Amino acid sequence: MKFKSKPAFVPYLLWIALFVIAPIGLILYYSMLDLNGEFTLVNYKNFFTSAYLTMTLTSFWYALIITFFTLIISYPTAYLLTKTKHKHLWLMLIIIPSWINLLLKTYAFIGIFGLYGPVNAIMKLLGFDSTQILFTDFSFVFVAVYIFIPFMIIPIFNALDKMNPSLIYASRDLGASPLTTFRRVIFPLTIEGVKSGIQVTFIPALSLFMITRLIAGNKVITLGTAIEQQFLVAQNWGMGSTIAVFLILIMFAIMLFTRTKKKGGRA
Amino acid sequence: MRSQLTTKAKVFLAIVFVILYAPIFYLIFYSFNSGGSMGSFEGFTLEHYQAVFDDNRLLVILINTVIVALLSALIATIIGTLGAIGIVSLKDSKIRNTVLSLNNILIVSPDVVIGASFLILFTMIGVKLGFTSVLISHIAFSIPIVVLMVLPKILEMNTNLIDAALDLGANRRDVLTRVMIPYIKPGILAGFFMAVTYSLDDFAVTFFVTGNGFSTLSVEIYSMARAGISLTVNAISGLVFIVTVGIVVMYYFITMRSKKTEGSTQ
Repeated sequence: MKFKSKPAFVPYLLWIALFVIAPIGLILYYSMLDLNGEFTLVNYKNFFTSAYLTMTLTSFWYALIITFFTLIISYPTAYLLTKTKHKHLWLMLIIIPSWINLLLKTYAFIGIFGLYGPVNAIMKLLGFDSTQILFTDFSFVFVAVYIFIPFMIIPIFNALDKMNPSLIYASRDLGASPLTTFRRVIFPLTIEGVKSGIQVTFIPALSLFMITRLIAGNKVITLGTAIEQQFLVAQNWGMGSTIAVFLILIMFAIMLFTRTKKKGGRA
Repeated sequence: MRSQLTTKAKVFLAIVFVILYAPIFYLIFYSFNSGGSMGSFEGFTLEHYQAVFDDNRLLVILINTVIVALLSALIATIIGTLGAIGIVSLKDSKIRNTVLSLNNILIVSPDVVIGASFLILFTMIGVKLGFTSVLISHIAFSIPIVVLMVLPKILEMNTNLIDAALDLGANRRDVLTRVMIPYIKPGILAGFFMAVTYSLDDFAVTFFVTGNGFSTLSVEIYSMARAGISLTVNAISGLVFIVTVGIVVMYYFITMRSKKTEGSTQ
């Protein structure tokens, strides 16, 4: 393209320098400072103590569970959506709840799972005693899955939508059972959508802090909760940055793992 | 090819839809409750909506939220669109890919990390926490999404159009305002809408970079929710739902219209 407009490009480049590169550099720099601003590696040493390692593993475990449940609900939903008439309208209806402020949706569950909420009312009707559902692992995972479902459905829907249906007919004509067709044809062809879905679920799930505070009642501590705690409560920016460094490293690992192959003629 | 959905499939989809919408309608339902809780419905009232409009502090927060969303989206759209044009004009594909990867870092970064790093940045360069820091942060995290919405539109544009305009004596500004921008307008609008939604929905980043005395809706709901159930929050959610559906419908019609005009020109 002959067209060039260098001065107009400058604000964008400045943005990259100031808000993409500089923040990562600053996080790295602060991770090596102690509470007095002295240069030290003590934060890294602390990170490898059992308390922080346990927290990292728990955070990982929760993110895995959340991603797993989000996937097993979202995949069939996306698949069935592609089979409906007016599929784009239905997709739109799935997306609308994701546009409602996250905080409001989380707040709703304080009422729903509360001691006098509808879930407990149903439990009572069924003859169970009312229990505190709020502030449990279950409520935390449920709300997180609820929030991530639309974000997982969109990439899977797009992948399924792009797939050539004659491949499925071919597979059936050749005598494959529906299960084999799914396992050998449909799923491999939509794996890229699943990967992007996992990416948009797993990374945020590691860093949720508002849901843990409101729904899990500080019982669940994720990497995100720990960073927020160190920065805004303990005022220990150094330790907070160190945890952030590990979160960034995990993020890059997930991105490599779920990297979509755009080039190449496999598909 | 259209296979009919089985009853089982319909039931499954229905359950997913019910679960997705139930919490939202639950909130709105109790916003009309004259009792003080979300447990038992005592009678119909509009007092909680009245409370929202009577609370000056809350109104200021609502206005702040909207101003930050519109202003940050506008600035992010301008910088992002020019950025996307700049990226396309980069000749070296290695540099171009590097810039694109840098562009995507903020999209996949966890909110908490973005918030914490911006907090360090603002403290270091001496930006006072409050309106300015929140606005700048929202611009910063909206730019990459605008770029991603505009980029495909520029890439599908026929470069001969630009060459023709240049051959016919148009200067660079004319090419930009008369040829490129009208062509990529759907992408720009989509980017703007996404930026508005990102801004309205953001909690974590704002929570880090907002000081005392400045608050957005998300941050305010967080502190209200931590204090316990308050039906004023339910009334806010009713209002937010109406506005959101309004934005979605508007967005839907705009994309439909641009699809139609695209179809008629082909």
